Amino acid sequence: MGFVEVMDYVDGKLDWMAAGLPTEGKNAGKPTAGSIARHDSPTCELSESLGEVKKRVRAAGWDSCVVINSERVVLGMMGKKELTGDPELSIERAMRSGPSTYRPFVPIGEMAHELVDRDLPIAPVTTSDGRLVGLLKREDALRAFHEGRAQRRDDSAAMAS
Amino acid sequence: MPRSIERAEVQKLAGGRTRFVEVLPAREYEKNHLPGAIHLPLRQLETLARPTLDPARPVVVYCWDSG
Repeated sequence: MGFVEVMDYVDGKLDWMAAGLPTEGKNAGKPTAGSIARHDSPTCELSESLGEVKKRVRAAGWDSCVVINSERVVLGMMGKKELTGDPELSIERAMRSGPSTYRPFVPIGEMAHELVDRDLPIAPVTTSDGRLVGLLKREDALRAFHEGRAQRRDDSAAMAS
Repeated sequence: MPRSIERAEVQKLAGGRTRFVEVLPAREYEKNHLPGAIHLPLRQLETLARPTLDPARPVVVYCWDSG
């Protein structure tokens, strides 16, 4: 087309939003699964033993852990229940396989409802090809949702006065 | 053939001479887009790019993801 240079941002808007970078538009700045998820959650791999993973998870102040491969693709979850198993077991045998994962752009209100309705204390947030973005805690999702609602009420009151 | 770039390079280019173009449907663009990006739907890219964009400025095109 005769342009000096054309570049393709292959990972696209999803990658940008998953990284918590600013956007413009009517949903800009609103909290989402990706922006509220914690990015410091512990991870482990299939070949590790439950005992060593449990120690690491507890030391980090968590009670759950995401099982990933070398490309950070989510393979399973080690929740409270799974972490109480035989310490000699491999993660591959102890984990809960195929957990539901959520995309980073899902509005936090939708996520809060989902986690309450399905009684999920945590949910892994991933890119569309399954790579881990972060771990969303139900308590964080609910807090962000209620703060957003309170903010909208304040804004409406300010506009009405 | 466009050159593939990653987020780190996109961040360096943002706010400079480079134009950002989102090719997703209008509804998606209206919700969220990269700062300063304009909207040219993929189906009309060929016909709208010329009259809309300055060929002397670099262009970054993006959609949702690599899928």
